[in-house]
Amino acid sequence: MTLHQRIVAAVFALTLLGVIIELVRRRKLREEYAWLWVLAGLACLILGLNYRVLEGLTQLIGAGWTSSTLFFLGIFFVLALSLQFSVKVSRLENQVKNLAQQMALHEAREPAEPQQPPDEEPEDDET
Amino acid sequence: MDGGTLIVLPAHNEAERIGPVIRACRKHVPGAHVAVVDDGSDDATAETALAAGATVLPLPYNMGYGAALQTGYKYGLATGAAFLVQLDADGQHRPEDIPRLLERVQSNGCDLCIGSRFLAGTPYRQPFSRRLGMVLFRRIASRVLRQTVTDPTSGFQAMNRRVVRFFSRDIYPVDYPDTDVLVLLHHHRFRVAEAPVTMIAREGGRSIHAGLRPVYYLFKMALTIPLNLLRRERGV
Repeated sequence: MTLHQRIVAAVFALTLLGVIIELVRRRKLREEYAWLWVLAGLACLILGLNYRVLEGLTQLIGAGWTSSTLFFLGIFFVLALSLQFSVKVSRLENQVKNLAQQMALHEAREPAEPQQPPDEEPEDDET
Repeated sequence: MDGGTLIVLPAHNEAERIGPVIRACRKHVPGAHVAVVDDGSDDATAETALAAGATVLPLPYNMGYGAALQTGYKYGLATGAAFLVQLDADGQHRPEDIPRLLERVQSNGCDLCIGSRFLAGTPYRQPFSRRLGMVLFRRIASRVLRQTVTDPTSGFQAMNRRVVRFFSRDIYPVDYPDTDVLVLLHHHRFRVAEAPVTMIAREGGRSIHAGLRPVYYLFKMALTIPLNLLRRERGV
């Protein structure tokens, strides 16, 4: 790997890490989501600076080219991330559903003529 | 409403049909409390329901049949209803049949009683695709529950407070509660029974089973029924 390539990779990884840390600092990204991103940024940095790690990984997973390894890792990361989002969305949806239902109970509207309590003897045909 | 009966009508844009249904409910089940869950209607469903003498539970936006129904369960739980009946707000289910369902639950013959349109032997026309699905789910439900279930997809049901409490939990599948709910109930050792009802074909309006939804519905049932059997969370 040429020095040029290394510099590009390192600059890219450092920028990514910087943006992530800045987002967490400004509370625009919650820590619980940040860890996956920090992990990805660090992985970019290590793989970019040290070509032997990438070669080792390529051998480990049995890929033919180092570029395949990069694509593999990238796609795996995106998959993991969207799975995490799906889990979060499912949970959020459930929470929102419960909230809306609670709200409906609180906002219950009664008819002008209140319904009689069931333990009282009902009159026949009240319509 | 402690100890009474609650009738739940989930409704989405049913202003034209809901009034007579509410009045019939109050007539045929005197003393019952009628609650309409207004599932984000754009029309005058809420006003019509109020005028007909029902309590209205307004959902802030359209959440679908299952979530609307569950709102009714939660209302029943909060108000202390001993029994709960659910039926469609569009007049497909006849309130005359409510006492028959209710009686089965009140006599403690079962925890949940399904109103079956097939037990009475009255003809009910529906498209071939739906009939196919119906046969399939009937088989599945009957096999899992080890008893004959003729109409597992019926939304006309009566239940006791134990079932209402169970359905109020997050365990309840709010998108398309159907055959899988019966499997879930069986899994948690509730007793399910059926009673004959007459179904009236709906005129106008839109059914929840339209478009591509049956496909998703089939997929969901294929996924959730085995999964419910795999989940080993017994006890209520």
